[in-house]
Amino acid sequence: MNNDFKPELVEAIIDANLGLERPLLPVLHAIQEEFGFISEDAMRLVANRLNITRAEVYGVVSFYHDYRTKPAGRHVLKLCRAEACQSMGSEANAAALLTRLGLDWGGTTEDGRLTVEPVYCLGLCACAPSAMLDGELHGRLDAAGLEFLAQEAA
Amino acid sequence: MRIYVPCDAAALATGADKVAAAIVAEAGRRGVEAQIVRNGSRGMFWLEPLVEIVTPQGRTGFGPMTVADVPGLFDAPGQHPKAVGLVEEIPFFAKQQRLTFARCGVIDPLDLGDYIAYGGYAGLAQAIKLGPAGICAEVKDSGLRGRGGAGFPTGIKWETVRTAQADQKYVVCNADEGDSGTFADRLMMEGDPFSLVEGMTIAGIATGATRGYVYIRSEYPHSIRTMNKAIARARQAKLLGANVMESSHDFDMEVFVGAGAYVCGEETALLDSLEGKRGQVRAKPPLPALVGLFGKPTVINNAISLLTIPVILEKGAKYYAEFGMGRSRGTMPVQIAGNVKRGGLFEAAFGITLGEIINDIAGGTASGRPVRAVQAGGPLGAYFPPSLFDTEYDYEAFTKRNGLIGHGGLVVFDDSVDMAKMARFAMEFCAHESCGKCTPCRIGSTRGVEVIDKIIAGIEPEKNLSLVEDLCETMKLGSLCALGGFTPYPVMSAITHFPEDFQKPAMPLAAE
Ligand SMILES: Cc1cc2nc3c(=O)[nH]c(=O)nc-3n(C[C@H](O)[C@H](O)[C@H](O)COP(=O)(O)O)c2cc1C
Ligand code: SF4
Ligand code: FES
Repeated sequence: MNNDFKPELVEAIIDANLGLERPLLPVLHAIQEEFGFISEDAMRLVANRLNITRAEVYGVVSFYHDYRTKPAGRHVLKLCRAEACQSMGSEANAAALLTRLGLDWGGTTEDGRLTVEPVYCLGLCACAPSAMLDGELHGRLDAAGLEFLAQEAA
Repeated sequence: MRIYVPCDAAALATGADKVAAAIVAEAGRRGVEAQIVRNGSRGMFWLEPLVEIVTPQGRTGFGPMTVADVPGLFDAPGQHPKAVGLVEEIPFFAKQQRLTFARCGVIDPLDLGDYIAYGGYAGLAQAIKLGPAGICAEVKDSGLRGRGGAGFPTGIKWETVRTAQADQKYVVCNADEGDSGTFADRLMMEGDPFSLVEGMTIAGIATGATRGYVYIRSEYPHSIRTMNKAIARARQAKLLGANVMESSHDFDMEVFVGAGAYVCGEETALLDSLEGKRGQVRAKPPLPALVGLFGKPTVINNAISLLTIPVILEKGAKYYAEFGMGRSRGTMPVQIAGNVKRGGLFEAAFGITLGEIINDIAGGTASGRPVRAVQAGGPLGAYFPPSLFDTEYDYEAFTKRNGLIGHGGLVVFDDSVDMAKMARFAMEFCAHESCGKCTPCRIGSTRGVEVIDKIIAGIEPEKNLSLVEDLCETMKLGSLCALGGFTPYPVMSAITHFPEDFQKPAMPLAAE
């Protein structure tokens, strides 16, 4: 991940998706993948190149939970908060971790190491509780397992 | 030695890659020639990672495997502490009627040869013979109803699109699978992706649509990767593109990745999302079948509806319709999740009871404590107490009990659950995911959270309970889609069946 805005990279992403019937979401996904978030500058460039208003781009970015408008930590831990994970005690485990890190949902540790975000179901509901760390899935995460995972993300 | 190690997300989440690597290393150390196949999952998640070794008697299983269990596979597999015997004789598996999931966990998901050897593309060949009207008739006769939630007859939807006149039509697969407790779409996209490619191709031929999209949620990175590979391979084999399977029909498809919005599972919100907009629900009519993606006639179906089509055409509508009860024909992939001993995917003919599934097949809770509640049908579905476990798995039987089958998810809770908290969560989830179009859904749900918080705190419970009831009525009547309209089901079922959880004495807010 690279947090600096590089117009040429954004341009390249847009060019690569221009053949699609509606490229906006794929372009935003690719920008976030590249930079970790979608900056004002990136939104402006996307609006220009796709010939839509900035308000439209902003409206889409703010609608979807996936898109971030602020940089995330070096690691992103998504913890499932949906019902099946709750039935296996996910909420208490998450609360303990957030308290120890001094974070709210969506927050990033002061050293910029870890962002903890909620997610509503990863399709691992029969191996609950579950989580995703930097795109890797983890199931049957008890309190100790979760703590281990958070420490591993160094 | 031929060894299967699943590459399904649930197997990976529980360590399958490490186990596979350990098997390769151990085989190397011992000079044993081991051929590792990465299959999908059989759907018996309490056993994942489930390693299978091919023997003359059949595939024998070992699970849940850890790296430490690997050397034992090469010593005396029969005495291995994780041995579970012949996989297809495990009661959970043997009791199923696997029509839709017949290949899942059996084959190498991306091996087209394997797919065809196990009956793949026989359905498409039959479809090409039948032609558009014939396919629609066959699907109607099978009695298949949409597996995404609403249970609308698939054949009727297809017929509407088939008879619509347009220069372009679309097939859209709804693989947004946002309901907690469900993973059927995911399991198939990762374990038998060609079945979805084949099912969508048949839908295209049946309706005259030449382009298809699979809308997959971003929470399913493995499904996205596997589907993309399967589509590329099918295209290479001329099973997608111009003159599919040397017929006069053209059809091609691609994957579209969602962006984390539950409401985009609603079909019209999904179409807006595909069009690059905010995923807001459209008023119906017009039906998407007539005015759908980019304003064109569009078949939009759940992934399971679509990938069940090939087997219906291969075996015949009559064969499929012989399973089931009443107006619920065929089989349903029931997904058992949450606090459960044997969680996973159980495909069975409609008619099995909730109690049989939870107690006999799944073996009760994982914690060993009594089952207290089961949420059926995802976050918009009702909570069932054990006293209603005689309910048969059937669309109409669930409706009669103020519940819904939805996409087939069941989430089990033991007696430590606080149902007032679950009712609160239902409202909170609705507030979090509301697309914002209707006031009762957007504002009512936030208000619902506040009122339930008061009840939990013991503040005027009588008065606040009747307030919740009024709110639920307003949401039911004033919501455009089922997010606002059905959130009252989990809330009201919790209040109705578990009233004691809403009658706690006043206590300080901070206490658990
Ligand atoms: C809030 C909401 C979420 C939904 N989520 C899904 C979903 O994730 N997958 C799905 O197939 N259908 C979902 N549906 C149902 C779809 O609107 C639609 O009925 C379905 O895609 C039609 O396909 P089918 O006839 O094959 O079931 C949802 C509906 C609502 C109101
Ligand atoms: S009920 Fe809620 S989610 Fe559905 S259309 Fe209205 S505001 Fe949107
Ligand atoms: S509810 Fe957590 S993975 Fe499905």
